[in-house]
Amino acid sequence: MDLSLSDEQKQLQDAAERFVRDKYAFENRRKIAATEKGWLTENWAQMAELGWLGMAFSEEDGGYGGGPIETMIVMEQFGKGLVLEPFLPTVVLGGGMIAKAGSKAQKEALLPPMIEGKKQFAFAWLERQSRYNLADVSLKATKEGNGWSLSGHKGVVYNAPSADHIIVLARTSGSAREEKGLTLFVVDAKAKGITRRDYPTQDALRASELTFDKVSVGADAVLGKVDDAFGVVEDAVDHAIVALCAEATGCMDAINAATLEYIKTRKQFGVPIGKFQVLQHRMVDCFTNAQEARSMTLMASLKIDDKDSVVRRKAASGAKVQIGKSGKFCGQSAVQMHGGMGVTDELSVSHYFKRLTMIDLMFGNQQHHLTRYSNLAMAA
Amino acid sequence: MDLAFTPEEQKFSDEVRAFVRANLATDIRDKVKNGKHLIRDDYMRWQQALGKQGWLVYTWPKKHGGPGFTPAERYIFENICAEEYAPGIIPFGTKMVGPVIYTFGNDEQKAKYLEPIRKSTVWWCQGYSEPGSGSDLASLRTKAEKQGDHYIVNGSKTWNTMGHWADWIFCLVRTDPKAKPQEGISFLLIDMKTPGITVKPIIMADGGHEVNEVFFDNVKVPLTNLIGKENEGWTCAKFLLANERLGIAAVPQSKRGVAALKDIARAEQDNGKPLIENQSFAEKIADLEIQVTALEYTELRVLSSMAHGGQPGPEVSGLKVRGSEIQQRITELTMEAVGEYAAPYLPGLLWQGSNEEPVGPAYAHLAAPRYFNTRKTTIYGGSNEIQKGIISKMVLGL
Amino acid sequence: MDLALKPEHKAFADDVRAFARANLSPATKAKTFSGKHYDKDDHIQWQKALGRQGWLAYTWPKKYGGPGWDVTQRFLFENVLAEEGAPRIIPFGPKMVGPVIYTFGSDEQKERFLPGIRSSEVSWCQGYSEPGAGSDLASLRTKAVREGDHYIVNGQKTWTSFAHWGDWIFCLVRTSPEAKAQEGISFLLIDMKTPGVTVRPIVMLDGAHHVNDVFLDNVKVPVANRIGKEGEGWTCAKFLLANERLGIAEVPSSKRGVRSLRDIARAEPANGATLADDPAFTAQIADLDLQVQALEMSELRALSTMALGGAPGPEVSSLKIRGSEIQQRITELTMEAVGEYAAPYQPGMLFQDTNETPVGPDHAPPAAPRYFNFRKTSIYGGSNEIQKNIVSKMVLGL
Repeated sequence: MDLSLSDEQKQLQDAAERFVRDKYAFENRRKIAATEKGWLTENWAQMAELGWLGMAFSEEDGGYGGGPIETMIVMEQFGKGLVLEPFLPTVVLGGGMIAKAGSKAQKEALLPPMIEGKKQFAFAWLERQSRYNLADVSLKATKEGNGWSLSGHKGVVYNAPSADHIIVLARTSGSAREEKGLTLFVVDAKAKGITRRDYPTQDALRASELTFDKVSVGADAVLGKVDDAFGVVEDAVDHAIVALCAEATGCMDAINAATLEYIKTRKQFGVPIGKFQVLQHRMVDCFTNAQEARSMTLMASLKIDDKDSVVRRKAASGAKVQIGKSGKFCGQSAVQMHGGMGVTDELSVSHYFKRLTMIDLMFGNQQHHLTRYSNLAMAA
Repeated sequence: MDLAFTPEEQKFSDEVRAFVRANLATDIRDKVKNGKHLIRDDYMRWQQALGKQGWLVYTWPKKHGGPGFTPAERYIFENICAEEYAPGIIPFGTKMVGPVIYTFGNDEQKAKYLEPIRKSTVWWCQGYSEPGSGSDLASLRTKAEKQGDHYIVNGSKTWNTMGHWADWIFCLVRTDPKAKPQEGISFLLIDMKTPGITVKPIIMADGGHEVNEVFFDNVKVPLTNLIGKENEGWTCAKFLLANERLGIAAVPQSKRGVAALKDIARAEQDNGKPLIENQSFAEKIADLEIQVTALEYTELRVLSSMAHGGQPGPEVSGLKVRGSEIQQRITELTMEAVGEYAAPYLPGLLWQGSNEEPVGPAYAHLAAPRYFNTRKTTIYGGSNEIQKGIISKMVLGL
Repeated sequence: MDLALKPEHKAFADDVRAFARANLSPATKAKTFSGKHYDKDDHIQWQKALGRQGWLAYTWPKKYGGPGWDVTQRFLFENVLAEEGAPRIIPFGPKMVGPVIYTFGSDEQKERFLPGIRSSEVSWCQGYSEPGAGSDLASLRTKAVREGDHYIVNGQKTWTSFAHWGDWIFCLVRTSPEAKAQEGISFLLIDMKTPGVTVRPIVMLDGAHHVNDVFLDNVKVPVANRIGKEGEGWTCAKFLLANERLGIAEVPSSKRGVRSLRDIARAEPANGATLADDPAFTAQIADLDLQVQALEMSELRALSTMALGGAPGPEVSSLKIRGSEIQQRITELTMEAVGEYAAPYQPGMLFQDTNETPVGPDHAPPAAPRYFNFRKTSIYGGSNEIQKNIVSKMVLGL
């Protein structure tokens, strides 16, 4: 048992820290967020050059043989800078599902360009009625000659405006909310019949509502087995959850550091407000919360590739519960301790708070994952 | 980075489990399993068995007769003992005064005191808090005046745990009343049989007797019982507090506590089904289990950095804070699981090991007393408010 | 003691309801229930209608042109208007400066300023906080130097709500820099059109613009605009703060908020049913509902004391604390109810009257922005930390 980083991992951490320092000073980030697509091509190219887009993939798939720990290291730094490039939808979700379920041809066609920074993905699973149930899918794919025809609606699809391919979760058989009968399709984002409504999100990312009107795809668009996608999706989402937890840990470190600095310098009643015990103890609770978040993220990153699927799922849900709880506590406390400044757009603190809030809502909030963890733990 | 045990660690783990199974008496194991109170002899039998094996002082380095465990071995040892329902090791000798003696004591003192601690032939207790000095420990007033080759000690100590079973007490006493509060304090070892010492029980909210007031009336203590230099006792005290805080998170005990809570929730009925099938109660247990996991991995991170040469810093205080809150939450949920059958108060069953039939299930009468009693965990060893004060000052620089 | 309404009070409530239905514009009402931002017209049209009825200054005694209602009528008025979806009355004129003027002002000042407040012809805003004076209000530094029959005012005010709509601002200014912090302060009314007054918007984290910086650069203010004596402005400030804290609990709008939350839960799909079928979620609404009821009863108790001639005491601070926490919790649960559809940022839907269809359900666009924005409620009007200090000092004597 050893929980320390290897030398290579430490170098990765340093490089990611440097990237964030150089590219994501807060005013810089504001500029990036205000651009049309909401991220920078040059930053994406640099991530490719540094090997980050391929680090978690096997050498066979054109990657560098790392895993969830490497993803954790990079995502944590991204959280510190509120990085906007679409690493999660493209690499963790899209790349992850293709590596896991793709045919040899699909992998060859999609992974190397993704690793080189030339292709991006978006994962379309949510529908208006789905809430956090990954199987609550009604977008229909029906057989059409050798291929398929997709019709229906997908919502809050992150990175859809920039993606080259949309990975669509569709119902090919079975009834509403049945886990059996779901199929993944890799669809060209510009395919005829797709209508997009793009918008920014609260935390300055980009997403879309997508309408599919008889979108025709070939048989080779199917990712994995027909009717059998649920396991692949659940696993990919669990990996994405762990990556999000790492990002949230970085956000918490940053927001705590900013708050600590603020209460040491802001003076009222003739002293820095950090001299008041009520704020000291709240600040300590923030740090304890961030510690716990870091611990659970580490635990989940170490267990997310476990052979036992119950262990994997419990790890992801357990960490998500912690991140929801700690993120809310650190975010709300940071705003409160900053006073009026905390609710303005001007300081970074409100932007971290918004990101932490949205992370809780992604792929199931604290309550959802508490229920999931509880059901898994009780069944075991 | 790797969670799995190495083959050596795995072998060690098997060895510890085999030892506990062979050496922990069944009657003691049953008491621990059922949450009953242990008596002095129970602790002594188990600790002496560990002593023979050389594992009682499992945190000590080899040089002072400890086994020199790695952090991973410590973790394994603590977890297996808890899983096998071994009683907690009484810390006053092994984890508190022992390390102070081998760090600050002279060779004679080491020769005299360490062996009986390693073998558990002497029972130690702690004389720190006083009626007027709780969170503000440095304001203590028990005084020791030099007379020839003795100190004459006068004053009183309180919240003294298990002093009624103790052979020796280690005390903080004031040797220089004129110095600043923290500078006039010395660290003194006192034989409990010395004339002038009186022990008076304090009865706790749950009706139990585990703590005492200890009165010192012209107690004569040889100068050779002073550890370190006169007036430098605060250094020993700080060292001891930092040492204490790591294990105080009690993660293995809490893991065991959650397992026991689940057993109770399986046995209790709710609307014709086991309580554990009640979604909202099951989620409360799940939440607690996640808290325990977070605490465990925080401790593992500290241990791992220690294995690479790091020292546990003041952030360890955070472990005590969360650990104590979790211990409380376990007892709270256990009482909630028992429901109205937590109300009957059966002191005979609780304290004297009588054979009377329990009211309700066997675990029920323990639930409320444990809940009441465990409120102490956020107060003792430096209250959680004090711990947060330490983090705020030492870690955050506020 | 009687919770039931007397017949004359029932008739009164019916009158208020009929008035609201006849006079509140449907567009404004729709904004209330969809959580959109009001524009200036929404507020002013409604307030002028209330003013014509003689109800805008509903807390004022008859003598100053108020309706002279008893506490039950006030309570009913607030509740009925909240139920009917009326915007809250902007407090700076009718609830803040108005009572200060009729309590501390001269007859001339009363004649000059009160009618415009009662009719909502004149919009007021508040110049209290400064960049360096937030919780520690008495450290304010905007100074007013006497020159003949004018003051020359220089400094900066911040967090000034609706300054961009305001005709007049009431300010705390320092008139005597040598006096102790609270003693050199005066209460001054300033026409926003006076040369040297500049307003700069502060954009909030949800993208909204309600608050401003107000810069005062050699602003010439007639001495006749000072309320009370020079150097006694702190007395006005304390009176106003105590007055403000009562209404700030916002019980009627929180009751409306809980009802809306239940409606949203009924509309939100979840696992083939609705969120209203999810016991974990409805239990959270129930918990909130009970908190609102407890707060309402506390407020009623305070009102009842006032009805018997008592003054609202410092314990009113705890109404503000709980009221703000409850408002925040409503927005938090509303956002959770909306789920991932809270993520799209749709400023058009919040700030303008657009015809675009929202992404997700109609109630989705304001959910996250309101959650973000409402973090302010535990900060403004004296942060909750300051309120707790007030209770600790004034009520508990600590």
